[in-house]
Amino acid sequence: MADPKKIEELQEIARRIRCDIVWALVHAGSGHPGGSLSATDFTTALYFHTLQHDCTDCCWPERDRVIFSKGHVSPLIFSLLAEAGYIGREELKSFRQFGSRLQGHPNLECPGIEVGTGSLGQGLSIAVGMALGLRMDGLSNRIYCIMGDGENQEGSTWEAIMSAGHFKLDNICVVLDNNGLQIDGWVEDVMGLQPIADKWRAFRWHTIEIDGHDMAQCVDAFEQAKQVKGQPTVIIAKTVKGKGVSFMENRAEWHGKAPNAEEGRQALQELACPAEYLDF
Amino acid sequence: MTEIKSKPTRDGYGDALLEMGAQDERIVVLGADLSDSTRAAWFWQKYPERFFEFGIAEQNMLNAAAGLSLVGKVPWVSTYGVFVAGRAWDQIRTTTCYSNLNVKIAGAHGGISVGPDGATHQALEDVATMRILPNMTVIVPADYHETKKAVIWACKHYGPVYVRFGREPVPMVTNPDDPFIMGKANQVTDGRDATIINNGPLLYQCMQAVEALSADGINVRLLNMHTVKPIDRDAITRAARDTGAIVTVEEHQVMGGFGSAVAEVVVQSRPVPMRMIGIQDRFGESGTPEQLFEEFGLTADNIQSAVADVIKAKKK
Repeated sequence: MADPKKIEELQEIARRIRCDIVWALVHAGSGHPGGSLSATDFTTALYFHTLQHDCTDCCWPERDRVIFSKGHVSPLIFSLLAEAGYIGREELKSFRQFGSRLQGHPNLECPGIEVGTGSLGQGLSIAVGMALGLRMDGLSNRIYCIMGDGENQEGSTWEAIMSAGHFKLDNICVVLDNNGLQIDGWVEDVMGLQPIADKWRAFRWHTIEIDGHDMAQCVDAFEQAKQVKGQPTVIIAKTVKGKGVSFMENRAEWHGKAPNAEEGRQALQELACPAEYLDF
Repeated sequence: MTEIKSKPTRDGYGDALLEMGAQDERIVVLGADLSDSTRAAWFWQKYPERFFEFGIAEQNMLNAAAGLSLVGKVPWVSTYGVFVAGRAWDQIRTTTCYSNLNVKIAGAHGGISVGPDGATHQALEDVATMRILPNMTVIVPADYHETKKAVIWACKHYGPVYVRFGREPVPMVTNPDDPFIMGKANQVTDGRDATIINNGPLLYQCMQAVEALSADGINVRLLNMHTVKPIDRDAITRAARDTGAIVTVEEHQVMGGFGSAVAEVVVQSRPVPMRMIGIQDRFGESGTPEQLFEEFGLTADNIQSAVADVIKAKKK
């Protein structure tokens, strides 16, 4: 079990990251808040507790790899990288602007990004190749892949799931951000996926189901996944799209729309963000 | 031209992988249930620990190759051109090319000469879909020797490369000692009346056409241009300037393919009349390669007529 003080510390980091997400989105005037806010807690646990990495050397060969298959959560990704020290926090204001390293969907211009993503259903296959290559070389680095639940509708996702199970890639850990919503509505209405855990298990994966906003559960799940041998692990994190901002929670329309200045002020207030965020 | 031996270009792929596999441990090969046909199986037998079978799942295979390249491997994905350049195009575009990854793509069974399998398996669009991608290099070798050299070159070069080869034996008409310079055409014959620019395994038909034309007193420059992208602008511009008429030859749709690539240069550098030998906006069908070359207008006679026609256009 994780140390309660560490959990509190992580919760505080997650709160700051949510502030950064909202702040970057208001400045950008476009982008994806819903999935960024739903995935904030477990990615915070990952980056600031579990992950072996070095913000001063993004090419450190022994680092763990993180692939955001759901590349549209770039506000979250860049906020995590800023908090971890890969980029300066001020740079978040350039998100989605012409000439910025912080593109609408992440690419290799930004330190800490392993590969450009954004077209859904592609990230896990990249993780499979990395896992095979690292295993061939006898390296124990782990590969984390962050996926949305909606992209389980892509056929290529199932090709990747099948192959990771087949190759027994226990160096892969997927987190499925199961917020239940996609652009056109509830996932179950758009193209139902349940029972999702059974599906992954049928493809030879170890599954762990958690509350994706319970920091202690997030931390423990990553530790548990490290112990699983002979098969890959998927952590199915039950989350709330737009988590932390009342008017965005569980609302599909906040998938890909930035808050305006007024909405931004309200969101920052709800998240108890410091006054310096109100610079727009 | 007597006693010319033939071999499938795909054998050049198989042999090059064996040669490079011994030299470079980073080379890994991925297959999608077609490893015997693509000749990837030769590598598999020799280096089983560096071969990955992905089953009938090309999209996953392409991005797994991307992942392997990201941890320092030099992956070759091997399957039919139709299944890679079409089905896995978004993976190639958005993962491999956008991040400029070191992924090598072997597109087998290119062209109509695949024969009896028919339209579903005859890749006639792969050059077009690959050449429009930024960072991608596209090579269509003419024979066994050129295929081997192209694959060896690609193993040593960083970045995405698509190499296309065919199923059927084709005459080995290039010299094994000729240099392979990516992006540079080799001149086979010189002439002032017109230029034939060949891309791929119809080179022998081009040579036959040049010989026949020469007997009629028409002197043709023949360029063998294995690299579609980056295209040899200098050789094309010189051909247009020196001979004033160009015929392109490819075993692929002329729309978006090699003929179009040459035309893009010609119209912007030195506009001259052109004719394009290739597939004219049709799907293929079953038949022997010879029957299909006849039906689709890819014979030496067709090339000869196109040259005569383009020379007429030049004189107008």
